[in-house]
Amino acid sequence: MTRMGLLNRRSALLAATGAATGAIATVIASRNAWATQDSVKEWLAGQIKGAKDGAKDGKVTLKAPEIAENGNAVPVTVSVESEMSEKSYVKAIYVAADGNPNPGVVTWELTPLAGKAEVQFRARLAQTQKLVAVAEMNDGSLFTASREIKVTIGGCGG
Amino acid sequence: MSDDIKPRLRVPTTAKKGEVVEIKTLITHLMETGQRKDADGKIVPRLIVNTMKVTYNDKPVLTAKLEPAIAANPFLSFFLRVEESGTLKFTWTDDNDQSWTAESKIDVA
Repeated sequence: MTRMGLLNRRSALLAATGAATGAIATVIASRNAWATQDSVKEWLAGQIKGAKDGAKDGKVTLKAPEIAENGNAVPVTVSVESEMSEKSYVKAIYVAADGNPNPGVVTWELTPLAGKAEVQFRARLAQTQKLVAVAEMNDGSLFTASREIKVTIGGCGG
Repeated sequence: MSDDIKPRLRVPTTAKKGEVVEIKTLITHLMETGQRKDADGKIVPRLIVNTMKVTYNDKPVLTAKLEPAIAANPFLSFFLRVEESGTLKFTWTDDNDQSWTAESKIDVA
């Protein structure tokens, strides 16, 4: 009787471990099937209409902690070099992430009244991932910056 | 639940003409992502504040379009160039088309 019980428990444990590993594998697989670098590009392309050419590096500064302990609220600052006058201003700032369920994070539509092209917000990051910011100038040119953020505890109620 | 939703502002009350001032805002909102499941395994429907519009003397300053990847109680901060005294108005709208407003006056000394 005891021996049987032991065996059963052992096999039950083994089965449980197997199931757990399976579950973890599924979770990882589904996470990878979330946003990707391609879907980030698609999202950005969908948001940015009427842009002349591809985004160049420069002008944009993306400030965020290198390691975010809590992915539920990661402080991010995006600033763009611009005089913010009627002649030359930042029309929009787009922010996307490649490791969340959806690529979009936030879109800021600015006017010269803002006076300074700098915005701040808190992002939810499900895992370690790359954040991309694209600035659209009023003449249609695009500038971009990106930054990898390591996330210790993911957001999104994961 | 909607009774708990309160916007908070940090806006200077005075500014010099032409000064660029920092504006900070926060609205207490759960920002339900639509990814979470409840105890019964059903997906909790998405309910987020998706837009914040800001005007100064009814002229548009900026619009922020938020996605579920914005943290709960969205804190948003930006700048404003103050050329004249006026009223800064904020409107937040969520997925149910419910909206909240707040305003703050700035005096140019």
